[in-house]
Amino acid sequence: MKISYQWLQDYIKLTEDPDVLADKVSRTGIEVAGVDYPSRGLKKIVVGHINQVEPHPDSDHLHICQVDVGEAEAYQIVCGAPNVAAGQDVIVALPNSRIADNVKIKKSKMRGVVSQGMICALQEIGFSDSVVPKDYANGIYVFTEPVTVGEPVFKYLGMDDAILDFDITPNRADTLGMHGTAWEVGAMYNEKPQFKKPVVTESQTPARDLLKVTVENKAKVPAYYLRVVENIKIKPSPMWLQIRLWHAGVRPINNVVDITNYIMLTYGQPLHAFDYDKLGPKQIVVRNAKADEPLTTLDGVERTLTTEDLVITDGVAPLGFAGVMGGLDSEITDTTKTVVLESALFNGTSIRKTAQRHNLRTDASTRFEKGIDNASIQEALEAAASLLTELADAQVAKGILVGNDYVAEDTVVAIKVSRINHVLGTTLSTDTITDIFERLGFGVKLETDDQLMVSVPPRRWDISIQADLIEEVARMYGYDNLPSTLPVVAMNPGKFNPQQQFIRRAKQMMQASGLSEVISYGLTTETKATQFLMTQNDVLTKLDWPMTVDHAYLRLNLISGLLNDVAYNIARNQTDLAIYEQGRAFTKTEAAIRPDEREYLAGAVTGLVKQANWLQTKQAADFYYLKGIVDQFLTAHNYTGAVTYVPNEKRPEMHPGRTADIYVGTQFVGFIGQVHPAIAKAYDINETYVFQLDLTTLLTLTSERLISQSAPKYPAVTRDIALLLEKDVSNEQVVTIIQRRGGQYLQNIQLFDVYQGKNIKLGHKSLAYSLTFQNSEATLTEDAINEQMAKIVDHLKAEVHAEIR
Amino acid sequence: MSLKNDLDNLKQKGLAQIQEVDSTKVLNDIRVSLLGKKGPITNVLRGMKDLSAEERPKVGAFANEVRDTLTEAIEAKKDELQAQVLNKKLQEETIDVTLPGRPVSVGTSHVLSQVMDNIEELFIGMGYQVVDGPEVEEDHYNFEMMNMPKDHPARDMQDTFYITQNVLMRTHTSPVQARTLEKHDFSKGPLKMISPGRVYRRDTDDATHSHQFHQIEGLVVDKHITMADLKGTLEVLARHFFGEDREIRLRPSYFPFTEPSVEVDVSCFNCNGEGCAVCKHTGWIEVLGAGMVHPNVIKNAGVDPEVYGGFAFGLGPDRFAMLKYGIDDIRQFYLNDIRFLHQFKVED
Ligand SMILES: [Zn+2]
Repeated sequence: MKISYQWLQDYIKLTEDPDVLADKVSRTGIEVAGVDYPSRGLKKIVVGHINQVEPHPDSDHLHICQVDVGEAEAYQIVCGAPNVAAGQDVIVALPNSRIADNVKIKKSKMRGVVSQGMICALQEIGFSDSVVPKDYANGIYVFTEPVTVGEPVFKYLGMDDAILDFDITPNRADTLGMHGTAWEVGAMYNEKPQFKKPVVTESQTPARDLLKVTVENKAKVPAYYLRVVENIKIKPSPMWLQIRLWHAGVRPINNVVDITNYIMLTYGQPLHAFDYDKLGPKQIVVRNAKADEPLTTLDGVERTLTTEDLVITDGVAPLGFAGVMGGLDSEITDTTKTVVLESALFNGTSIRKTAQRHNLRTDASTRFEKGIDNASIQEALEAAASLLTELADAQVAKGILVGNDYVAEDTVVAIKVSRINHVLGTTLSTDTITDIFERLGFGVKLETDDQLMVSVPPRRWDISIQADLIEEVARMYGYDNLPSTLPVVAMNPGKFNPQQQFIRRAKQMMQASGLSEVISYGLTTETKATQFLMTQNDVLTKLDWPMTVDHAYLRLNLISGLLNDVAYNIARNQTDLAIYEQGRAFTKTEAAIRPDEREYLAGAVTGLVKQANWLQTKQAADFYYLKGIVDQFLTAHNYTGAVTYVPNEKRPEMHPGRTADIYVGTQFVGFIGQVHPAIAKAYDINETYVFQLDLTTLLTLTSERLISQSAPKYPAVTRDIALLLEKDVSNEQVVTIIQRRGGQYLQNIQLFDVYQGKNIKLGHKSLAYSLTFQNSEATLTEDAINEQMAKIVDHLKAEVHAEIR
Repeated sequence: MSLKNDLDNLKQKGLAQIQEVDSTKVLNDIRVSLLGKKGPITNVLRGMKDLSAEERPKVGAFANEVRDTLTEAIEAKKDELQAQVLNKKLQEETIDVTLPGRPVSVGTSHVLSQVMDNIEELFIGMGYQVVDGPEVEEDHYNFEMMNMPKDHPARDMQDTFYITQNVLMRTHTSPVQARTLEKHDFSKGPLKMISPGRVYRRDTDDATHSHQFHQIEGLVVDKHITMADLKGTLEVLARHFFGEDREIRLRPSYFPFTEPSVEVDVSCFNCNGEGCAVCKHTGWIEVLGAGMVHPNVIKNAGVDPEVYGGFAFGLGPDRFAMLKYGIDDIRQFYLNDIRFLHQFKVED
């Protein structure tokens, strides 16, 4: 809400600089987003009186005006506005003046005629289009009240004011009216705001003879009051009123509409005015709308109502939405003679729903949603009626028509001074606290020196419990004055849990292996969410109402996100990538509503893993590079079960000949391989290798308890063996045989050569291993090793037809 | 005394010879010729039998002295010559130390992980637990337990991705706090926790909005937790993350789950509070929201708000990272341009 500094001074004495005030309000209660000084930056803009207007000889729309600006000679100013006329008092930007947007006006010639300045529209001196009265929207502004020629225009237009932009949180709707704002600001400066009680002079005509009122849905309309005002003269509002409206961002329309808006800004109480003569039956019935009932609102939009919408009717047809917006049919027009004024309390949730349903948020609906001052509903009606007599020469019919009566009461909250200090960590005295409450306009009764009974007026509907009062004390006392301490509590050790530790270590190991961490989106497309599944049983979860197809499904894998990242980088000529992500996959069984959230670890490498330089040749990413990283990670955990890689040609997004499922013992834990070229093409990426591990599963596996071995005292013996094998005998087969037949002293099997091609039989390959034997108790004899090697060789020959080379 | 003179001559001559030698081989020849069995000293010693019993020990002692002196001189020369050889060899081995080293590829941690690790470690050090929770939450924990019943207007502040009417993508990590508070056994001590993680909001992605971002929320609940404790804790956090000289200030705000609620500003680390573009010329930067836990939140978790109370705060690692490193587009975090990511090499 935009708060006029001058208007605020109607209620409290203020001498504070508006910028300082804004800062204080921000620090104490409500964030002030900014302070606007409407005349700041403007210069030499004065009132002029147009003595004479002649058409420009060389133009069909320009006028040559002789304008009295309070100097000896009139100024000649060329003006293009259609509404310019002799006799008008207008805004004149003199030569060398500065108007809005820092534009400088100079003496000039327009089509050969000298022009000494410019006659201005309101927009040209900084007014927003949305507040300029319709009569002056497309032309110059003309003063309607007495002004002194030659004086700066600012005071006549209220531009010597400062406007504070209160950025109100949902709980502080009490400051959506000037009275509430005055209470808030007054409390900061220890100034009790003063308000005038409206006095209504009634005519002899009883209102009840003119109109009947019925509220059908009383639960949603706790308070409903009407007044009938007759013999209205519709005209523009006086300047002071127009100024207050436009500073608040409201366009002046006519006296009746302006008064309802002005009262809303004053009390925070939305009012509505109906044209009495447009009612069919002379009655007001507040009820729920009928299904599909039509209503054309003031903005000209035809709306179809639902039974949830609350409407004001004349017993036949809806006249408007209750608390949101009136209808076009009962709108106040220039010919309106009699007005029905409504001041009411509508259920906030109901109003919010209607506003949402019809996408129609208004100043009125916002206030009802957020909460109004229930104690001033009638007073606001009286204030409006009183102003109508004053500004529209109207007569107020006798009596208030009551559709539903409401008595607002203070909320009494019991609170102890010691409690306040206990929560804030302060040592404030009873006096200090009492003073704060009283400045806020709350009643305080001391039961004991510690026990207070605080009466909170209805305008502060946000306060109902002790915590609310504690907040009032904290902010008025000042957060800067709070001490700074650390909690004094029983100490428990702070530490990461096993899963957190496992994940942190996993990430460190990935980084140590050269993979960089990425964070992709958890929400993705249907296709990408369902690629690279760990098991084909995983069920997809979809958002009920996604914003875009790109982020509509919860991912079941991490690899598709990595491939998005690979594609993004390749498109930017970053073709050598080694990345990983640790995050959740939202796997689910058919019956479940909420997915399990499994912690996955996935990686991708593409392009070069080593650049060529003066020391080394380049090295491209391949299956074995990534397998080395994964294997290092898995074997480091010393699982009870062996880590094995089992070819799997059935993963749809993976290369059928270059993919392995990974097991620890018999437990499937993930897979590794090359992305299928067709999928790579779809992602627009190069040859890429990926892996994906289920960390949640890995965490459940048992590891061998590590018992330290002392470093061996006796030397190890190494024997090499080269085998000629048929092509499809796997390394694993060979290693298994060697392991099984290697005896108790076989410590390590190292594959050091794989060869295929020249000098090798077609359909065959050569594998060469280095075997290390060691006995920790004694030096191994040549004979013993020879015997063991012979055993190994025999079995290799027999089981996989190996030839020894 | 001629024997003694002979010995003295031998010594002087020998030392002069040793001094001039420039190879270990020649030095060895000299050693053999001077000190060997056929050498002059042995000769002298053989001649001693002709001496009187009185002179014999004196000459013998002198002869030993001469032999020791020469031996020492030869050893010293030997060391010197060996050092020369080594120095020459080392000289020949000289390399261009300015040539680049053999590359070691080490990956980087994502800048958001770095920020979160940093903050998690701070709170672990202060005795907090780090608690994870589901990203797909129940409305009950995400909103209702946090004092936002259905139809609460504050729900509009957090536009939500729903999956069903009662299941949603969490909009903050507060539901983890609700779940933890509900289970916490206060007989085992206070609850001190932070909950880091991903959160989701119905926002259109642009430079300052992302439908996915991160949060770290903190919660301390016990019998005597004060707002001063909140202020002190946030001061520690601000100084740890933004620098030792930072000040904080609290401004009133509104959150449904805290009362009082505050926004927390930190004095601008760019201009030290003088005013600059980073702090929009105010000297202060808004960094997080906090407050005293609303009694309804305590009560909803089955804990007595008359006895227990505490503070809560919530911060955005994305925002923290943007502020600290001058990142102007939140989408950078999730597009994963490798050139962007690799800038953040050292975690600190
Ligand atoms: Zn700054």
